Amino acid sequence: MTTSRSPLMMTAALLFLLGTGCKPLFDIRKAMYDQPKFEPLEKTDFFGDSRSARPLIEGTVAQGQLRLNSHLYEGVELIDGDYRSAQTYPFEITMEDLERGQEMYNIHCSVCHGLSGHGNGMVVQRGYAKAPGFHRDALRQAPPGYFYGVIMNGFGKNMMPYYHQIPVEDRWRIIAYIKTLQRSQFAQVEDLEAVDALAPAEAVEHESPEHAHEHH
Amino acid sequence: MSSQLFTPKHNTLARLTLLLFVGGAAGTLGLLDLIHRSPYVRYTKVRREQPVPFSHKHHVNMGIDCRYCHTSVEKSSFANIPPTQTCMNCHNIMWKESDMLEPVRESWRTGKSLEWTRVHDLPDFVYFNHSIHVNNGIGCATCHGRVDQMPLTWREEPLFMKWCLECHRDPAEFVRPDDKIYDMAYDPQELSREEREALVDAYGIDTSNHRMTNCSICHR
Repeated sequence: MTTSRSPLMMTAALLFLLGTGCKPLFDIRKAMYDQPKFEPLEKTDFFGDSRSARPLIEGTVAQGQLRLNSHLYEGVELIDGDYRSAQTYPFEITMEDLERGQEMYNIHCSVCHGLSGHGNGMVVQRGYAKAPGFHRDALRQAPPGYFYGVIMNGFGKNMMPYYHQIPVEDRWRIIAYIKTLQRSQFAQVEDLEAVDALAPAEAVEHESPEHAHEHH
Repeated sequence: MSSQLFTPKHNTLARLTLLLFVGGAAGTLGLLDLIHRSPYVRYTKVRREQPVPFSHKHHVNMGIDCRYCHTSVEKSSFANIPPTQTCMNCHNIMWKESDMLEPVRESWRTGKSLEWTRVHDLPDFVYFNHSIHVNNGIGCATCHGRVDQMPLTWREEPLFMKWCLECHRDPAEFVRPDDKIYDMAYDPQELSREEREALVDAYGIDTSNHRMTNCSICHR
């Protein structure tokens, strides 16, 4: 009967359709938005500790993660039949490595040890225990492997291990940069001449104030 | 009662009914769309409650780089939420009596994870990779806003596809030099359009053949 298609009935029908139609529509949308897969660190109800990222079973070695190179990964070398702190770097340090080392040092170390390695970083200024500076004699003599050990194990009761924050190669680059910082505090005039020899164009800039100084 | 059911005055009524019907439907749709885009649904600029009221503002302004905690941003799709140990690097001494930080110390003692509220969650049908962005001239602040000014973190952008495409269509508007990626205050517009176009070339961002807006780039 055509008379039954009054606006009121039409509206009622539309509302009914919307009401029943929308719920599955929203459910589908939600199901696509949040699919049954885990994004990194996503929560799960399946395991008691709520972690979808499962901790490795002790002793597990994943493919490609067998770390036999004790120089690179542990910072030790076989010296006189005994494993001691490595005296050298496991790979050749280039200028790019040093720059990366500087970047990583400024991110991870400078907060306590200070940008110039004097142990007066911002966190120390805010009340953390005084961090050692790198310019004392014992640390200037310490081999790269010693610093690697500190990054791996932490130091004393204040400094936590940093291996989970800094990738392996970057640890060595940081050490190379620390060594550079140490050298910078005890730079000799001859070092400057060596730098000038490397970059003759910049050497001119170095010379002029030096000559000016002589005239005073 | 006259046999004429509709008089001229019903013309007005009919027009009004039509208008209300069409306008009402359009209005309802418009309203739904507004709600859908509103901060109420998208959480844009809405500070989120967290188990510990962590302030990015406080930590960044102290001179801590993004990568101190978000360690995997350069190498991985996921920028990383730091483990409790990263907090304890400083908070084993700093504020170690603070009630506010008790959940952190509890997590450290028991090994139970802190359950942070996620602020940016893309739909699972979108692939997003942090490393490809930070290694190709897109700074943190471009998408995350001035996190260094957020006491409690909020979502700066609604994360609509349209918004992603703005940059994928014309990356030259948004790229910045390599050493400014983690500089929150840097504005890409400091460089001229030509300089930014040169940067796009230098990064090797290939916008030819709609490559950057290909569906499969993000929906893979």
